[in-house]
Amino acid sequence: MALQITDACLNCWACADVCPNDAIALADPHFLIDERKCTECLGDHAEPQCAAICPIEAAIVDELGVYLNPPGSLTGIPVARLVEFGLWKGAA
Amino acid sequence: MELPVIANTAAGGGCSTSGCGTAPDALGHLPDDIRARVQDHPCYSEEAHHYFARMHVAVAPACNIQCNYCNRKYDCANESRPGVVSELLSPDQAIRKVLAVAAAIPQMSVLGVAGPGDPLANPARTFEIFRQLSERAPDIKLCLSTNGLKLPMYVDEIARHNIDHVTITINCVDPEVGAMIYPWIFWQNRRVRGVEAARILIEQQQKGLEMLTARGILVKVNSVLIPGVNDQHLKEVSKVVKAKGAFLHNVMPLIAEAEHGTYYGLMGQASPTAAQLQELQDACAGDMAMMRHCRQCRADAVGILGEDRGAEFTMDRIDALTLAEIDYESAMVRRKEVHDAIIDQLDQQREARRIPPMPPVLGAVADEMPAAPRPTLRPVLMAVAGKNGVVAEHFGHAREFLVYEASPTGVRFIGHRKTDLYCAGIETCGEGDAAQESVLDKTIAALSGCEVVLCSRIGFEPWGKLEASGIVPNGEHAMEPIEDAVMAVYQEMAASGKLADPAPSRKAA
Repeated sequence: MALQITDACLNCWACADVCPNDAIALADPHFLIDERKCTECLGDHAEPQCAAICPIEAAIVDELGVYLNPPGSLTGIPVARLVEFGLWKGAA
Repeated sequence: MELPVIANTAAGGGCSTSGCGTAPDALGHLPDDIRARVQDHPCYSEEAHHYFARMHVAVAPACNIQCNYCNRKYDCANESRPGVVSELLSPDQAIRKVLAVAAAIPQMSVLGVAGPGDPLANPARTFEIFRQLSERAPDIKLCLSTNGLKLPMYVDEIARHNIDHVTITINCVDPEVGAMIYPWIFWQNRRVRGVEAARILIEQQQKGLEMLTARGILVKVNSVLIPGVNDQHLKEVSKVVKAKGAFLHNVMPLIAEAEHGTYYGLMGQASPTAAQLQELQDACAGDMAMMRHCRQCRADAVGILGEDRGAEFTMDRIDALTLAEIDYESAMVRRKEVHDAIIDQLDQQREARRIPPMPPVLGAVADEMPAAPRPTLRPVLMAVAGKNGVVAEHFGHAREFLVYEASPTGVRFIGHRKTDLYCAGIETCGEGDAAQESVLDKTIAALSGCEVVLCSRIGFEPWGKLEASGIVPNGEHAMEPIEDAVMAVYQEMAASGKLADPAPSRKAA
């Protein structure tokens, strides 16, 4: 089990600094999670730390591709508004 | 220098405007030791900002809170606003850049780490810069700008690195207000939301403020004015932070445009008008020193405020330089000479203003009516296309106008109004439409509230449009010191009887 970073990532370093397993590294074009090291923080923290600090919606997914921070969940901007401004494509 | 700010000086502080020479800015009422510490800091001193340069290095990308006015995803080359940065630097690159810039721009006095995230959410990178620079460039002042969440944890380390200025952004002291500004914070390994998040943030900010001032570290407080959210509340914020020892309060206007992708931008939150901002700054000024020359610069700004030179120092160029190529010793000697010369010049200007002459015309007006109470001449706002303290720019070339208030008691700097708003928007982003408001109309709208605009020259078309919207263009004071020119125009208005009446109602621009 491991989380993954999507191409929504902005390379802000926040996740890499808080990962208890040192599983996240700078890569091109964006940070990547080493699936051999990632534990989803089980046993260390109540929430996966990368997903708890990540400021970008849809940047972190679980093994099933489910967003840990879905659109609108961090900013409170209604998804319809995001779609209206071309900031979200719609159903994923 | 040319910015005597009268209303900003604290009453009864034993230091009237004339007594302090100029009280050149909001700093006039400060104790001498603090004034001495900030006199070469362009971000704190209205007089210093014309002469001294600063730079920010973007080494702190991570953030630990979300503000509703921020979305770092949308970085556009036209944008100049906090939190935005085009090039992130490693600590080593940043050191090279600072040393190269400080060698090339001897006016440089200050290095700040301000983002684009929060410096204290990037402690290793941030403190590495400070550690290396205090060794290699001991003459450069170091400062730090933070949201305050981690401040109590790092106060000792801040003190250890000889950082003597810290800016904390404090938008509220009430968690209910905070919940409308901050959707979440990252705190003790959890994402905390809502009122609870705001409560923790406020608690840490206030604690950090107290700890810093207790150690003698200068603290400036930045607040973002968000109409309908914290506008009235900021008066309370000003009182509280002053009581806890902050030496300066900088109220900045919210920047909210849909194209920035922020919550406020997309949800249609209004930005304050220039008049709203000024009203609030005036209301807070009774409580503490207010700062009015802030340019809300980017986290990678370089040079004199308002004249960014970042483009000259891109990483390509810095990477081509090795540290050995920078003759650091002689650069430091040269900086010392340049800084001393500037401070001498500022001292002389301050001395020259120690006894401001009574404006002759206003004196005459008062003399003619000895029996009546002194006529109450209304104050007038004037916009100036100025540079380096003089009326220097062509109306059409001015990227910003400085706004001054003239009244019988003198001339005071009120603020600045940009003409090429943060993002130049439609014109430069390519979706031009003939129906769009023209640049000139926008400029005129930005000058709302001003009755006169002073510039070195002005074209025929803007002249007519300005007059039609009730603003009198004036090109007769080119290259004169700004406040002399503003006072001269005010005296002319007084002499022609234009000031006894209320301000003319303005036609729609």
